[in-house]
Amino acid sequence: MHFLANPARFLRIARPATAWLLVIGVLLATAGMISGLTLTPPDYLQGETVRILYIHVPSAWLGMAGWGGIAAASVSQLVWRHPLAGVAGRACAPAGATFAGICLVTGSIWGRPTWGTWWEWDGRLTSMLVLFFLYLGFIALAGAERERGGDGRISAIYGLVGAINLPIIHYSVLWWRTLHQGESIGLTGTTIDSSLLWPLPLTMVGFTCLFAAAVLMLMRADLARTKVEARLRRAAATA
Amino acid sequence: MNPWPFVIAAYAVTIVATAGLHLWCFTTMRRAESEADSIKRR
Repeated sequence: MHFLANPARFLRIARPATAWLLVIGVLLATAGMISGLTLTPPDYLQGETVRILYIHVPSAWLGMAGWGGIAAASVSQLVWRHPLAGVAGRACAPAGATFAGICLVTGSIWGRPTWGTWWEWDGRLTSMLVLFFLYLGFIALAGAERERGGDGRISAIYGLVGAINLPIIHYSVLWWRTLHQGESIGLTGTTIDSSLLWPLPLTMVGFTCLFAAAVLMLMRADLARTKVEARLRRAAATA
Repeated sequence: MNPWPFVIAAYAVTIVATAGLHLWCFTTMRRAESEADSIKRR
């Protein structure tokens, strides 16, 4: 982590990495989605709607991972005062919010033919909606703090407090057994048949690469803006 | 109930939102970096 504390060194790595992540992400996500739509059999119970799995699960993972990134950046900023931590936290938020939004919308679309309803105030759905609103709050707070020239400490504390929602989302299907199904993919195994499961790693890795590319692009934009502001300040001081 | 309109709608939302996010990130990055380059040249 401290190896990347120098923004110039970070940019030397980030510039080629952005392009590579975009290319790999597009290829893997496209392959996974096409495979999921055309090459897998329908589920015995859900029929064709099970194909929403290949986009819903990666978006749920990235919606949560985005806030995990914000929390890690917040710790790094508050404890080690890493110069890129605030930049990374701010960059994770729009991408995480987008994927949390995709998760909510695709879940709602999946729920209509499967459960017979677009929405239910179930533990998993509600905690995911809370995560989406937490993202909006973080974007507004971090933006306002940056505009006022703050050190990003308030948004870092908000990022850490918001991380409490992550275990709530994860365990919500165990704590409140309502409409959303229980955990079907865990670290040690899965209840999904392998004939249905195989395109999922493609979309998981593909969308993760796309997420990382979006974060790197926003970090580069933030660093460029900081450079412009510093030069303008220097020019104003010497004038 | 025909499931395909739901499947297509879910994929369309995902593709449009992901492409929109990346287009916005790319234009934001390009604009900021070209502004930084132009100030550096001045």
